[in-house]
Amino acid sequence: MNIVVCIKQVPGTTQVKVNPDTGTLIRDSVEAVLNPFDEYAVEEALRIKEKQGGTVRVITMGPPQAESALRQAIAMGADEAWLISDAAFAGSDTWATSYTVSRGIRALGEFDLVVCGKQAIDGDTAQVGPGVAEMLGIPFVAWVRKIDDISGTSLRVERLMEDGYDVVELPLPSLITVVKEINEPRMASLKGKMRAKKADIRTLTAADLGADAARLGLKGSPTQVLRSFVPEKKTGGEKISGDVPELVTKLKSTIQELGVIK
Amino acid sequence: MAITVDIEKCIGCKLCVRACAQDAIEIVEKKAVIDLAKCNYCGACVDACKKYGAITIARENAAEGIDTDSFRNVAVFIEQHEGDIAGVSFEILGEGRLLADEFGEKLIAVVLGNGMRDKAGELVKYGADKVVYLDGPDLAVFRDDTYAQLVSDFIHAEKPNVFLAGATAVGRSFIPKVAARVYGGLTADCTKLEVDREKRLLLQTRPAFGGNLMATIITPRHRPQMATVRHKVMKPAKLDPSRTGEFEVRTIAGGSIAERTKIVDIVKEVESTVNITEADIIVSGGRGMNGPDNFALIRDLAEVLGGAVGASRAAVDAGWIPYSHQVGQTGKTVCPKLYVACGISGAVQHQAGMQSSDYIIAINKDPDADIFQIANLGIVGDLFQVVPALTDSFRKELGH
Ligand SMILES: Cc1cc2nc3c(=O)[nH]c(=O)nc-3n(C[C@H](O)[C@H](O)[C@H](O)COP(=O)(O)OP(=O)(O)OC[C@H]3O[C@@H](n4cnc5c(N)ncnc54)[C@H](O)[C@@H]3O)c2cc1C
Ligand SMILES: Cc1cc2nc3c(=O)[nH]c(=O)nc-3n(C[C@H](O)[C@H](O)[C@H](O)COP(=O)(O)OP(=O)(O)OC[C@H]3O[C@@H](n4cnc5c(N)ncnc54)[C@H](O)[C@@H]3O)c2cc1C
Repeated sequence: MNIVVCIKQVPGTTQVKVNPDTGTLIRDSVEAVLNPFDEYAVEEALRIKEKQGGTVRVITMGPPQAESALRQAIAMGADEAWLISDAAFAGSDTWATSYTVSRGIRALGEFDLVVCGKQAIDGDTAQVGPGVAEMLGIPFVAWVRKIDDISGTSLRVERLMEDGYDVVELPLPSLITVVKEINEPRMASLKGKMRAKKADIRTLTAADLGADAARLGLKGSPTQVLRSFVPEKKTGGEKISGDVPELVTKLKSTIQELGVIK
Repeated sequence: MAITVDIEKCIGCKLCVRACAQDAIEIVEKKAVIDLAKCNYCGACVDACKKYGAITIARENAAEGIDTDSFRNVAVFIEQHEGDIAGVSFEILGEGRLLADEFGEKLIAVVLGNGMRDKAGELVKYGADKVVYLDGPDLAVFRDDTYAQLVSDFIHAEKPNVFLAGATAVGRSFIPKVAARVYGGLTADCTKLEVDREKRLLLQTRPAFGGNLMATIITPRHRPQMATVRHKVMKPAKLDPSRTGEFEVRTIAGGSIAERTKIVDIVKEVESTVNITEADIIVSGGRGMNGPDNFALIRDLAEVLGGAVGASRAAVDAGWIPYSHQVGQTGKTVCPKLYVACGISGAVQHQAGMQSSDYIIAINKDPDADIFQIANLGIVGDLFQVVPALTDSFRKELGH
């Protein structure tokens, strides 16, 4: 089984804090990490490989620094890492990202399965996985929480829905996006970390992709961020303590006044 | 598009460096230098530098190649489950109507289903000027290829200016495929839509960075301007029995569309019958519940209020309640009218999933818990006393 995992480097989001004076994001000392959802994707690929043999290749489109996220995946056990990097990709929205990543995957040659995270914790769109699948022209299932069965030619998965799950079968090659429930990602071993340090990161530029230049980067992106701003923080309302009966009376009247009980 | 730093005006104060979410700005020899490979032109630095006005972004707005004027009308995708129209679909009909009026265009609803002609036809009474109902045995349940193909065909035929769908498990999995095919701009999970009438642009505002940043997105040169819309944010359309409109039914013969995925089974897995993303009231429990059995207290209160049960990740990870109830960054995003958080500290990742609720009540014994910073009403107390007493008091009153 030849598996390609798409990953993205993101800021370690728990540290994203807002400066109350300027209202902007405080980015000092925020370290860049492998998107947490992509850890599940890498882990699932490694588990399939461990059962069935094959290779796990990780690929990302990003600036040269994104290489460290690739090394994180190598440390977990991925075999090969590919960095698609070129000034021409700057400003890519999800359409252009999907296009570029799909061209990058094509450039790697044969594959059986592509695994993506559910979403990146910075952009939060969850649009790149389905976009890549469509541009590769392969079948797609989102929100996979379990792989029931995988053979040389097909895949049976559970897709998480709002009120339960669907069991879906699809032929290979195909693309899935995975949710947190699917597994518990491993910690990198010391040996893995050593290997990651020395690993060769292969790079692909716009020229290597044989891509249509009009579809890359800002120029190829239908959407643009017009502006971004920090949302008004909800400020706490009343905070009360006291006897239980008092608290209950207050709670009850508040809820009744909201008029939400049918 | 180009971003430039005016060296004369820049004083090297680093405000822009801190504002940049992409880590793209460095101060070199007391002047800001922007790494174009990292910059996504979001404009945060421009805002941060308001005082000095040293950074500017020039955005081009010339349409290249695509005749944006030939795209007209607002189209909405109507989601159904077992023939029932999803709540979010009425919300996008309501919002779609407002947008169509602002653009001076029509509102078109597209429905994919099987044997639900009457319900589809009713949608004109909810504000649609035209309903396109595609009926066929393969359309009863959501299937990736079939839905993506039919909705792409619909867009090619109707050429809408705007296309909206619910930001649901279904919408967010196949609408990006449609956008990939039609080369439309797609904005994810919007919480606000506005119109720039002069430029005929939809201004689409959405949360990113787990709700820590809001971004307004535009699609200047491509059509349609597509968006998935978060549930429970927009006002649902109201029924107007006297409204009339066009109703077009097209039959899609079984097996006529190549479908590569096969639905083997559909399993419902929520404890109660209420889906938390649909619920108007949610009562959630966290680590403070201290064990699986105590969740009965949460269920009882939810039941008497007619609400659904939610949970923090700590409670889910402990195995006290299934993952489908988890609220937060790695769980569900909910916007109920009332959210009651019991024994939940209010970590940012939890807040990301519930902070846009209309009204938040927190019950926590720690007066300094973060949840109180966003709660409209904070109860500092022991949930094991307060919650059952509250349930009892409602039970008595409502006579359950
Ligand atoms: C505040 C803000 C809001 C934005 N809103 C939108 C929007 O509404 N619509 C839009 O089209 N663009 C939007 N963008 C641009 C978008 O974030 C970028 O295109 C980004 O490169 C990909 O989107 P994402 O981070 O949402 O990834 P997602 O689509 O959430 O990522 C899903 C999965 O795809 C894979 N993946 C994602 N990125 C890469 C990559 N670079 N290389 C390899 N694999 C990858 C990973 O497996 C990941 O888990 C926004 C950007 C910002 C800063
Ligand atoms: C990448 C990432 C993603 C995450 N995603 C999510 C997510 O989707 N959803 C989520 O919820 N979390 C998420 N988390 C975890 C989050 O950071 C917190 O750890 C989690 O929300 C804590 O859950 P809690 O509030 O139930 O527990 P705690 O933080 O332990 O809080 C328990 C609270 O209960 C109170 N309490 C205890 N006993 C009583 C009593 N008798 N009466 C009243 N109050 C009492 C305590 O005072 C305390 O405030 C994520 C974390 C990471 C790193």
